[in-house]
Amino acid sequence: MSDAGAARPATDWPLFEVFIRSRSGLEHKHVGSLHAADARMAIEHARDVYTRRQEGVSIWVMRSADIIASDPAEADSLFEPARDKVYRHPTFYAIPDEVKNL
Amino acid sequence: MSAAAEVPAGGDAALEAARLRYVLRLADTSLVLGQRLGEWVGHAPALEEDLGLANLALDLIGQARLLLGYAAELEGRGRDEDALAFLRDAPQFLNLTLAEQPNGDFADTIVRQWLIDAWQLEIYTGLSGSADGRLAAIAAKSLKETRYHYRFSGGWLTRLGDGTDESHARTQRALESLWRFTEELFAPDEVDERMSAAGIAPPLAEAGARWRERIAADLRRATLPCPARQPHPWHGKRGVHTEYLGHLLAEMQHLQRTYPGARW
Amino acid sequence: MYTQALDSQGREPVAAPAAEAAASAAFQARIDAEEKVEPKDWMPQAYRQTLIRQISQHAHSEIVGMLPEGNWITRAPTLRRKAVLIAKVQDEGGHGMYLYSAAETLGISRAQMVEQLLSGAAKYSSIFNYPTLTWADVGAIGWLVDGAAIMNQIPICRCSYGPYARAMVRICKEESFHQRQGFEIMLTLAQGSEAQRVMAQDALNRWWWPSIMMFGPPDADSKHTTQSMRWKIKRFSNDELRQKFIDITVPQAQFLELTIPDPQLRWDEAAQHFRIGPIDWSEFQAVLQGNGPCNRERLEARRAAHRAGEWVREAAAAHAAKQPRREGNQT
Repeated sequence: MSDAGAARPATDWPLFEVFIRSRSGLEHKHVGSLHAADARMAIEHARDVYTRRQEGVSIWVMRSADIIASDPAEADSLFEPARDKVYRHPTFYAIPDEVKNL
Repeated sequence: MSAAAEVPAGGDAALEAARLRYVLRLADTSLVLGQRLGEWVGHAPALEEDLGLANLALDLIGQARLLLGYAAELEGRGRDEDALAFLRDAPQFLNLTLAEQPNGDFADTIVRQWLIDAWQLEIYTGLSGSADGRLAAIAAKSLKETRYHYRFSGGWLTRLGDGTDESHARTQRALESLWRFTEELFAPDEVDERMSAAGIAPPLAEAGARWRERIAADLRRATLPCPARQPHPWHGKRGVHTEYLGHLLAEMQHLQRTYPGARW
Repeated sequence: MYTQALDSQGREPVAAPAAEAAASAAFQARIDAEEKVEPKDWMPQAYRQTLIRQISQHAHSEIVGMLPEGNWITRAPTLRRKAVLIAKVQDEGGHGMYLYSAAETLGISRAQMVEQLLSGAAKYSSIFNYPTLTWADVGAIGWLVDGAAIMNQIPICRCSYGPYARAMVRICKEESFHQRQGFEIMLTLAQGSEAQRVMAQDALNRWWWPSIMMFGPPDADSKHTTQSMRWKIKRFSNDELRQKFIDITVPQAQFLELTIPDPQLRWDEAAQHFRIGPIDWSEFQAVLQGNGPCNRERLEARRAAHRAGEWVREAAAAHAAKQPRREGNQT
């Protein structure tokens, strides 16, 4: 029971991000967000909103506020250096056709 | 699809009459409750709850269709699920009286839902082992839905009971108002007795005891007092209803009654 | 679909300092290269504001749209129709949620958007201010209104803003059952009893022109389309989409053997298009201004639901606040 003297409880439900694994063997994919008062409700809402067409075997929810994201302004320094390291890709290497299994 | 009953149908007239009534009780309870939930769509406390309640309604209508389809076969008069749903009058409906109670506010709806979900949990669990193969199959499928319904309604019972002073008061009021309809849930009559004797339905007395334990635990978690048991003058299972059912059916059946014989 | 606001937008920045101008140019280059804009990317204020208005109006339309159809759930004439209608309305609620979710990535909260709708500040598609008077209206809405929606929505699957485009892809996948459901109802009625055929024709008479108006004012009167097209928020003009809808739908009405309520409807052999008579834009304006048949009722219903639900939302939040914060695990 709430204290009589406390401030009016906020009625805003926090935002949660939803991730669904649609089939065994696949990763969880971000599908959107929803509002819920608590984690249990968030799972139920995610189930009701995002798996109506059998699109799910597993649901993850997390509070949006807990997501830590890379800064798009730093995209250059975070991702650009990998662009010129083409030797990480198999197509960089020329192997004669007669050689099998490579 | 004919009834794959291990208890052979057609042998014992009294048993068959009881079986039909038993199936209709299950069917009508799901139908009437589903109809009530359909009234909420677009008016729920939050958009997410609109979807949640609609989901429950869909499951219940689905159960009603399967059960009414079976009832129509048992009846053997060439009727189908729609004829049973739209052309019977209130005295022929055999739903639990609790199911037809009005939506009221969200607390009334959640309390009604939770009480019936816990009932369905017992009944469908018991029916999963029924000597009537058709009922067993329907029950097994419905049980998965009921587990989710119970999780949903039980969760809300706790949030409302142990939320704010206002939500607690409203939920308590709802509980007091609806509790008088709960005795009917597990009070066996001759139909129930025939069904459990034939291994078709779970014995009600034991199911009732388990239900009461579960209800009491849920109420404790929701910080709500458990009302005392009350005698039950209502007999929805026997076609004797409250005034609410007539209005519900008038609305539900309007089109079929106004355009007799039309295909929709 | 319910994207009549595509033609309105935020104010253009008055004078952009050099850095802003450079950023805007770079932004436009990304758009031109068909790159997607994602939530934390830099974007011009006007782009952000246009999208917020656009997406939230779209979301509001889905939510309000639950009401005219929800009106017939308890009276659906068969159990199958009842189930299908509940599923459809549930989908619409879900679409509203996907869209609110997309809008929230732009910096507006659900609570703010709901407040805008309920106060009357935000708009929603005019079509939902019409009443559903018969069961045939449910069919007409599925066939015509969802049909128009699909026409509007498919191009938006390729819009430049990532979350909006992705929400639209999801929505479009779900929307096609809606239209088929509606058409199937119309077909059953049109091939049914005389009373049912009359019911279907009556619904078509009332829903045809409002559906045509869903595509918004004629291109000549749409001042802001150019900027929205340049930003790839809007991909086809109102008139283009409207014409496409007409060309697809008229043959469907012919198949139903129902008459489109337009004595001037004709086939233009040279252009290979159906041509319609004049649209009564004064009706459209009246509905947009709040004087349609159901504007008051629709908003009042949403306000009532919101008000009545206040204690519920409070209770859930209060209950959550009482729980110890769990470390992540299964629930």
